[in-house]
Amino acid sequence: MKANTPIERLYNGIIKENPTFVLMLGMCPTLAVTTSAVNGLGMGLTTMVILTMSNMMISMLRKAIPDSVRMPAYIVVVASFVTIVQFLLQGFLPSLYDSLGIYIPLIVVNCIILGRAEAYASKNAVVSSIFDGIGMGLGFTVGLTCIGIVREILGSGKIFGFQLFEGGATIFVLAPGAFFVLAMLVATQNKIKAGRPEQKTSSESGGCSEAGCLSCGNKICESKRMLDEKGGKNA
Amino acid sequence: MKELLMIAIGSALVNNVVLSQFLGLCPFLGVSKKMDTAAGMGGAVIFVLTLSSLCTSIIYNLVLVKLGMEYMQTIVFILVIAALVQLVEMFLKKAMPALYKSLGVYLPLITTNCAVLGVALLNVQNEYGILAGTVNGFATAVGFTIAIVLMAGIREKIEYNDVPKPFRGMPIVLLTAGLMSIAFFGFSGLIR
Repeated sequence: MKANTPIERLYNGIIKENPTFVLMLGMCPTLAVTTSAVNGLGMGLTTMVILTMSNMMISMLRKAIPDSVRMPAYIVVVASFVTIVQFLLQGFLPSLYDSLGIYIPLIVVNCIILGRAEAYASKNAVVSSIFDGIGMGLGFTVGLTCIGIVREILGSGKIFGFQLFEGGATIFVLAPGAFFVLAMLVATQNKIKAGRPEQKTSSESGGCSEAGCLSCGNKICESKRMLDEKGGKNA
Repeated sequence: MKELLMIAIGSALVNNVVLSQFLGLCPFLGVSKKMDTAAGMGGAVIFVLTLSSLCTSIIYNLVLVKLGMEYMQTIVFILVIAALVQLVEMFLKKAMPALYKSLGVYLPLITTNCAVLGVALLNVQNEYGILAGTVNGFATAVGFTIAIVLMAGIREKIEYNDVPKPFRGMPIVLLTAGLMSIAFFGFSGLIR
């Protein structure tokens, strides 16, 4: 598939570099809001909107932002969009706003967004950055919705609010269930991977594999530290 | 006084930041391989979180509320936190090299720790004043330290166990976290 076409970007985000299952990014919202499929879907779509808009904005500004203040500039762009979306949700979807609560403003520190800004939008043209944002956002949505569906079925016997069977183990809706479901998903993935020959993933993915957003944070920190040193020399 | 104590117990044990609110999961999973690094991370988080919740509640209560600009909270908080971590790092480097040596590595990681921004936002949501907000920040960080040090202790033991192959690495850690989270439910009777 040709690189950087819209279709390729969507495929890349949803399947090849799925942020939840392959890159393991953005673990905090993944575990916290997936108590039901609807919440997972809502969080995923909210993140997608913010990711698409911030990718677009950062890609437009990529020649205007000086390298030395890149990170703070990205953070301000992302935080502005998060604030706008937060108010839109509060106004138009108050029930979703209430159930996501504090995790909406926390999208600012979701490293999928800064990771994509740094790894993709700051280097590529506007249109492909927009599709990269949509693809990655849809991938995140798919991941969150899947985990939400599993937890909702096991925890309350419902799917998207429709009763499938009576009862269910409440623990899957509570905090420990999130850890258990994610552990099972990762273990399954390890099992599948072990059966397959080693595949090389592309390096522009932001390079976050096992430790998830820790390594991503590391990377951001490293580049920040490098810049600080550069700035120190200039000053 | 009693109210502050309630806030402290509530956010350190009952609503533990990692195990029931999922904030600060990344360092919790990433830096919990060894007991001493976990304790170091915990120390750094206590230091930064107390300071940052003090600063953010001062700024929120004295500046943003006065100017009627509460809607700027997310942007202002994240910038304040990033600047604060930088300042703390520079200050420690100059003034307390010994402390910097033990905490320095963990400081930059904290900017991306969502617990810091999370506590600042929770302080606003719960309408805590400056003192209550600072106590909440400190207690949350203590809760984080308890969780990460316990986790490191367990992980050091897991090293010697025969874990099924697909579960090695992240899955077994997540399962452990789940069990710890169940254990922390036991505290929920402490406060009502």
